[in-house]
Amino acid sequence: MAVTLSESAAKHVANFLSRRGKGVGIRLGVKTTGCSGMAYKLEYADEAQGEDLVFESFGVKVLVDPKSLPYIDGTELDFVREGLNEGFKFNNPNVKDQCGCGESFNV
Amino acid sequence: MALLQIAEPGQSAAPHEHRLAVGIDLGTTHSLVATVRHSLPECLPGEQCGILLPSIVRYLPDGSVAVGKEAAEHQATDSQNTIVSVKRFMGRGLDDLEAGARKQYDFVDAEGMVRINTRAGVKSPVEVSAEILKVLRQRAESRLGGELVGAVITVPAYFDDAQRQATKDAARLAGLNVLRLLNEPTAAAIAYGLDNETEGIYAVFDLGGGTFDFSVLKLSRGVFEVLATSGDAALGGDDFDQALATWLRAQGAADELSPEDARAVLVECRRVKEVLSRKDAEVASVALTNGSTLSAEVTRAQFEALTAKLVAKTLTPVRKALRDANLSVEDVHGVVLVGGATRMPQIREAVAQHFGDEPLTDIDPDKVVAIGAAIQANVLAGNRREEDDWLLLDVIPLSLGIETMGGLVEKIVTRNSTIPTAKAQEFTTYKDGQTAMAIHVVQGERELVRDCRSLGRFELRGIPPMAAGAARIRVTFQVDADGLLSVAARELSSGVEASIVVKPSYGLSDDEVAGMLRAGFEHADEDMRLRALREQQVEAQRMVESVQSALDVDGDLLDAPERAEIEAALAALSGLIAGNDGRAIKSALEGINKLTETFAARRMDKTIRAALAGQKLSDLKV
Repeated sequence: MAVTLSESAAKHVANFLSRRGKGVGIRLGVKTTGCSGMAYKLEYADEAQGEDLVFESFGVKVLVDPKSLPYIDGTELDFVREGLNEGFKFNNPNVKDQCGCGESFNV
Repeated sequence: MALLQIAEPGQSAAPHEHRLAVGIDLGTTHSLVATVRHSLPECLPGEQCGILLPSIVRYLPDGSVAVGKEAAEHQATDSQNTIVSVKRFMGRGLDDLEAGARKQYDFVDAEGMVRINTRAGVKSPVEVSAEILKVLRQRAESRLGGELVGAVITVPAYFDDAQRQATKDAARLAGLNVLRLLNEPTAAAIAYGLDNETEGIYAVFDLGGGTFDFSVLKLSRGVFEVLATSGDAALGGDDFDQALATWLRAQGAADELSPEDARAVLVECRRVKEVLSRKDAEVASVALTNGSTLSAEVTRAQFEALTAKLVAKTLTPVRKALRDANLSVEDVHGVVLVGGATRMPQIREAVAQHFGDEPLTDIDPDKVVAIGAAIQANVLAGNRREEDDWLLLDVIPLSLGIETMGGLVEKIVTRNSTIPTAKAQEFTTYKDGQTAMAIHVVQGERELVRDCRSLGRFELRGIPPMAAGAARIRVTFQVDADGLLSVAARELSSGVEASIVVKPSYGLSDDEVAGMLRAGFEHADEDMRLRALREQQVEAQRMVESVQSALDVDGDLLDAPERAEIEAALAALSGLIAGNDGRAIKSALEGINKLTETFAARRMDKTIRAALAGQKLSDLKV
């Protein structure tokens, strides 16, 4: 049971957090909505909720609420470049299919 | 695939709903574009060059257009076709231009606005500005990986309607949707988050390369009003370079210099000026074309003495604006510094001394206007909910949602959302000709309605009969500052509406809330399976009904064995629906899909034949 960050994702998250000036880590989760069933949630975390599961990758805390974990267990969050654009990508082993853009998925 | 960004807590955008928007500082000497990514504002660099794009456009002999540095290199050699500082001509007639400026280009007088005669034809300042905006738009779209929904473009506070309209026209020509034109000083104030203060008077001191603008803003309830503006259209950082160059030439007795050498001296002086903002002394050294070297050490104190007059000159407009606004320096809550020239310590000191308070300097003065515009664009594009600007009052303890087919819960407002809040989602009808919809409002973290708490029900009637899935019903959840929930449903084509008001926290103790939360976490795995099963069941039910109705209408398209096969598969699927084997339902569904492919194709043929029957080929519009 774990959710991890790639080294490059961790580096970028740490950088964003320090520029933002607050936050204990990031929160990964899912919302049951979207064109293909589920949608990812990727947010700054200002504090851990009591029930949160906390993972740590390369010194960055990753918070996941227990409701979301079954959908994203085993996921590695990566930071990738596509042309000049760059951003985060979920490598989620639970995904059966996803919409073309990858913002929404189904397990 | 779209790459994701980190959102502020509770503000993840729905899929496909993160809307790309940018702020653009369309400046006299340079322009730049900024956006908000990972909830942080940032300026976007070009592919090769940096963040600042020189606002220079050159029309080349081969018909192409160069913008920025590339154009700047030909400023001296191809001056008639290389347009600099086009912003000064926006929305201006020939009569508005000063005598000196009129000789700069081959101007053609035209109604409304001057035109410039170039080798690419007669160009209006709007077209020239559009070239700059196009480059910034391409830069943003390639950096952000998508099309922009819109841009906020900044203009000087003193721009009149004609100048503002010209700026909008330029944006439209560049293919940009203008969300709003924003006054430059207001953008600078927004970049510093001053709009989060309740009220106050702020001043913006903007010393650019060639122009100086000073504005006094009044903030009340989050809205800035420009009280007064003043400035000097011929005072900027370049004058400081010039002052230093004059001194340097006097040191080396180099009065008579070729234009080339004079330019080299100016470039060196600019460098020395920038270094002196960080160091106390620097050696200026220029190799002249005659082989000699012009060199001298300059201390910061010397430079300050040389430019004291220029610094003093900025304070005249400052006094004037305050006088116009009927204010004294004590009334000003803060001063924002904008423009690269405000990096000079003597400027900062002069401002601090005049206002008796340290100016705001944390944000790069070259970027501050674009950053403020980007923040504004992000809000206007809908990436930040308006209620973020409200005071944090309370949060919603349990998610709120409605029941959908199969007894599933679609959460609309998630728990821990701050109130007041409003969320809307669109739903549609399940059956052909469905004219009413029952809305069941529930609360809780579980996936099935039976495990959540029912808050109320109401019906939306009068939906016009349509095919299943064609109606668009917008369900809005609104929780006010007192925690009162109102749910409204509205069919978008007919406008029929129905609503209900409930108090979700009514009758729930803290312990009960905690219990419901715990249950949600404990049953997460089970809920995930159940949800998947219910979704398959709903899909299967829909499939059975639609195939059955197709058989009733077009059963004659099938021969007896074919029909029997489909009916058997339907019966098998119907049998599985009641069970709890999601995978079996799924594979049965896929089986029927395949089995009915021929049937579907024949029905399609029949419909097309019916539509074409009795019509001449020549009458058909293809």
